[in-house]
Amino acid sequence: MVPKIMKDEVAAVNNEEENVQEAATVSLDVNDLCLWYGKHQALYDVSIKIPANKSTAIIGPSGCGKSTLLRTFNRMHEVSPGARMSGKVHLFGEDLYSPEIDPTILRRRVGMVFQKSNPFPTMTIRENVLVGLRLNGVRDKKILNERLESCLRMAALWDEVKDHLDRPGTGLSGGQQQRLCIARAMAMEPEVLLMDEPCSALDPIATMKIEELITTLKTKCTVVIVTHNMQQAGRCSDFTAFMYLGKLVEFDRTEKIFTNPDKQQTEDYITGRFG
Amino acid sequence: MSTTSLLASSRQNNHLWRKIKNWLMVSSSIGSALLVILPLGLVLFYLVYKGAAAINLGFFTNVPAPPGDTDGGMANAIVGSFLLLGMAVLVGAPMGILGGIYLSEYGNEKLNGAIRFCADVLNGVPSIVWSIIVYEVLVVPMRGYSLLSGGIALGLMMIPLVLRTTEEVLVLVPNSYREAALALGIARWQIIVKIVVATAYKGIITAVLVAGARIAGETAPLLFTAFGNLNWCTGLNQPVAALPLQIYAYAISAYEDWHRQAWAGALVLIGFVFIINISVRFMTRERKA
Repeated sequence: MVPKIMKDEVAAVNNEEENVQEAATVSLDVNDLCLWYGKHQALYDVSIKIPANKSTAIIGPSGCGKSTLLRTFNRMHEVSPGARMSGKVHLFGEDLYSPEIDPTILRRRVGMVFQKSNPFPTMTIRENVLVGLRLNGVRDKKILNERLESCLRMAALWDEVKDHLDRPGTGLSGGQQQRLCIARAMAMEPEVLLMDEPCSALDPIATMKIEELITTLKTKCTVVIVTHNMQQAGRCSDFTAFMYLGKLVEFDRTEKIFTNPDKQQTEDYITGRFG
Repeated sequence: MSTTSLLASSRQNNHLWRKIKNWLMVSSSIGSALLVILPLGLVLFYLVYKGAAAINLGFFTNVPAPPGDTDGGMANAIVGSFLLLGMAVLVGAPMGILGGIYLSEYGNEKLNGAIRFCADVLNGVPSIVWSIIVYEVLVVPMRGYSLLSGGIALGLMMIPLVLRTTEEVLVLVPNSYREAALALGIARWQIIVKIVVATAYKGIITAVLVAGARIAGETAPLLFTAFGNLNWCTGLNQPVAALPLQIYAYAISAYEDWHRQAWAGALVLIGFVFIINISVRFMTRERKA
């Protein structure tokens, strides 16, 4: 169904970032990314290598460009009128912005979960999970049913909904809806899952469930999570990127960022002196 | 800061004058609201009063009879109206809906402005003008009045109505659904058909129904196109009877029988429009729940 693009194992060669890479496979490789909305520049020369099968948190104060950066990973920023960018983003060695790349195909491999849960209101729980597969031509009942169960289990939702899969997805609670959206995204078996402040509209218990999920999810794919909640970044990420005013200030292992950051700005933000 | 007490300032205020102003405002707005309902009430009352007596089974099953013969009915006109309405929906709904989809999902601001302006102008074109144009373009080359030309004249009138309403209901579909679908790697046209239109389909059906109700009673567009027929319509290229045409023909006649039938026809026509509007209300209410 999806043309299989070669997966290049990208060896980490940059010595300066040795401690970050530790020879892990790089999933997303961003080079000198600049992005403008009309005349306003939102991102300045961002370069970052996001390791595969790990969870990476992007933190920073509101308006620092963290969501914008995330949206360049599946070319969703192209939906915003007036957005243009320069620089490169590679997914397992392939240039996402090469003219031959079809953003629709790309988005099947880089899934996304949004701030506000958005299950399709006309569809049941089952249809919501399977919509991506069905509309991309998967007809086989057996595959669909297997994927339905595995994705709902992965999203820790199966036990709660298995007896009423044919009820509307919008009838679930806020936290359940967000997990349904995660199941929907995971049904495409993406290589990367982008999460744009997935818990900001949820209560602490629903938030905890989603944070626990991330541990499971990163066995299947690379997780990149944007959050304005530093504790959340601390709890559920392996790596953390700190952004400020459209620039990437620091990117390192999460423990290092939270205990002994290299940059003064990072320390000030982490310790709550601004932001 | 004021040093006067609340009580003292309140007493200074002229209560009576304020109450009078308030009463004037409230009563004039209630009065105006009632005035809106009054004509509808009058119309319904008069139609029932004048037309109910002429409505019997024959009215729905027989074709028109010569004056003096009380057996006549409007069966052919009722069926003809439905045929014309169906034809109009076939012509007007697809174009209106697809145009609305373009405005909401694809178009750019500049072109959209121009399309909306044209649709609004089209909406204002007097219905007799549609009739003459369709006469010139279709009836003359086809050498005859026909069901086809009548349906097309009505359908053309529907387009701007359906187009603008469809656009409005599609714009109301939250962008977050489009984004979610885009992020799943679903193709643009599938997002539009399976997500956006599927979410708003009740609104779109409502748009078609409202436009249908609006044109169901149109007489002028049919004058030079469907023309009317005292018997059953036998084909797409044949003249067809329609309720409004029949009412018009009977109302200007000299016979008492026919006048009564005209009233009955008007009552039936408004009954149909009523039913459409009530079903629209029913559908929109369900959507809110």
